[in-house]
Amino acid sequence: MRPFKTVTSVAAAILQTDIDTDIIFPARFLVTLDKKGLGKYAFYEWRHKRESRDTFVLDKEPFSGAEILVVGEKFGVGSSREHAVWSLADLGIRCIIAPSFGEIFYSNCFKNGVLPVTLPKDAHAHAMRAAQLGETLHVDLITNHVAIPGAEAISFEIPADRRLALLNGLDEIGTILADHEHAIASFENRQRQSAPWLFSDTDF
Amino acid sequence: MSAKGKTLYEKIWDAHVVAPLSDDASLIYIDRHLVQEVSSPQAFDGLIERGLKLRRPDAHIAVPDHAVPTFDRGKTDPLSMTAKQVARLEDNARRFAIPYMAMGDDRHGIVHIIGPELGFTLPGVTLVCGDSHTSTHGAFGALAFGIGTSECECVFATQTLRQSKLKTMRIEITGTLQPGVSVKDVILAIIAKIGTDGAKGYAVEYTGDTVRNMTMEERMTLCNMSIEAGARIGVVAPDETTFAYLKGRDWSPTGDKWLQAVEAWRHLPSDPGALFDKETSIDVTDLAPQVSWGTTPADCVPITGQTPVSALIKDQPAQERVRQSLQYMDMPEGANIEGTPIDQVFIGSCTNGRIEDLRRAAAIAKGRRVADRVHAIVVPGSEAVRLQAEREGLHETFRQAGFQWRQPGCSMCVAMNDDRLKPGERAASTSNRNFEGRQGPGGRTHLVSPEMAAAAAIRGYLTDVRTMMR
Ligand code: SF4
Repeated sequence: MRPFKTVTSVAAAILQTDIDTDIIFPARFLVTLDKKGLGKYAFYEWRHKRESRDTFVLDKEPFSGAEILVVGEKFGVGSSREHAVWSLADLGIRCIIAPSFGEIFYSNCFKNGVLPVTLPKDAHAHAMRAAQLGETLHVDLITNHVAIPGAEAISFEIPADRRLALLNGLDEIGTILADHEHAIASFENRQRQSAPWLFSDTDF
Repeated sequence: MSAKGKTLYEKIWDAHVVAPLSDDASLIYIDRHLVQEVSSPQAFDGLIERGLKLRRPDAHIAVPDHAVPTFDRGKTDPLSMTAKQVARLEDNARRFAIPYMAMGDDRHGIVHIIGPELGFTLPGVTLVCGDSHTSTHGAFGALAFGIGTSECECVFATQTLRQSKLKTMRIEITGTLQPGVSVKDVILAIIAKIGTDGAKGYAVEYTGDTVRNMTMEERMTLCNMSIEAGARIGVVAPDETTFAYLKGRDWSPTGDKWLQAVEAWRHLPSDPGALFDKETSIDVTDLAPQVSWGTTPADCVPITGQTPVSALIKDQPAQERVRQSLQYMDMPEGANIEGTPIDQVFIGSCTNGRIEDLRRAAAIAKGRRVADRVHAIVVPGSEAVRLQAEREGLHETFRQAGFQWRQPGCSMCVAMNDDRLKPGERAASTSNRNFEGRQGPGGRTHLVSPEMAAAAAIRGYLTDVRTMMR
């Protein structure tokens, strides 16, 4: 996985709250076998609304190259589809700032080198304003801060093990097998005794 | 955790910790994994790229459900993306020796319907699926939650997952439901009350006399929609109803193992003194049938109610969201929801595609006709449900009333096959999500119970099913 240390970029602002993963990645594009190249489907309906004259923020300069998204609360609720994160990552998004996230989406971000930053409402409003003004934000995972020009840096919290994994670009499956293979095997041995009905090979 | 005892969630969590990882997170062992065609191909690819074995094939079952056709199956273009996804799942299942339920097999159906039907879902287990409605299986007292594709790959390779321990929340449900009101109305009312993130970060346990008196199917409907209140996990303590349901099913333990398992399961319910981090309650005695007006499942009112007036909402972003929601739904502000004309009716999904759901809908449809302008389909949740319904003659009841009787799958719940709304069309749907475009781009969804959906089909507009009870 690509490590995440810092990102400095303009940020695309999407004001709406409750943006579910069906909006981020419409279901009809889920009939794919790939996880690469999905950026073209991100926010598909919103980017291709025929009646709307406004160009979607991610298709406007300078935001089409934004590596940061600032979005409304409850971002990524709903379906567990990881395609939502894959498509945003494919567009070059490395960090998403919101007051809150859907839990599965939040977890999916970490598997793909994308940093979800949860900010309290006031700090978030501040970041949202800066994003709308086209200012450059600086997100730093080494110091756990978001810097906005002309304002005090805002600190954010993130679980320690997830932070370390992102900073070092650790592969989760590789890490689990390297560190815990033995613990998994002994768990299975214990459970084979305590709940033998969960193992088909105990004597079905 | 309190000194006075543990909750059901804490008991199952503690019994599955393989290793602590950080202050709040542990490596958790996963007993059961349901695999479907849409969220799994990239996970299998990852496993193959790594050259890893699938650790425990006996802990998985695979079934294509999300995008499968529900009619004219013989005419499917084998080169379509949908067919390719199904073929890929079948290939992967064979390659890694996972039991596979093909379309047409008696055991085929929506993952969350067949898991319990097969006895693959059991009390006390950790169960995952690359699908957010995995919370359904919590009805059995299982710790069941939806995961992303990378996590599916992790379960294939390691049979474990990194998980943060959740806080616990108890939702007590009391009172007897009136005729025409069902568990779907209960869960919609709960979500409307606590909001779409009201249970975020919590494992919910549903308790109370109403829950104790529910059938397993009703408990599944309840737990299914926990995720719509933000909770990845919703559980009901196992009891005699649970054991009676599971006994004799394909994957259920037999003989001495059954006795041993039931004995263990009896220790699962939360201890009497166990403390929850948050509690709420709802009395359902006077509950009316619910219907959604907006684009989140919390946007529900009783069928006798009105759409909101956005100007009365003080919080600015909330006001804006309600305004946009109503606009998308093409609903006026402050208007009666009853009488809203509909174009399509969908009865099915992992929320309401079980036999009891179909019986309730059929009781309303019997001897009546679907309104001329309405296209109505009934999609059983599984082959087992379809076959049972046909034994009872429900398919004839539906057909005579003008409903189409289909083969099982997710169908119009997610609109990945040909069952979908056209832009601007409006549906009464027994599914679980009324998100923008969920049932087809530009489509509008009103979430309701099976009996309310049947009533809407007959009258051609959203209506109070209580006025049609016999
Ligand atoms: S029926 Fe709908 S909610 Fe249930 S698994 Fe299928 S797509 Fe998901």
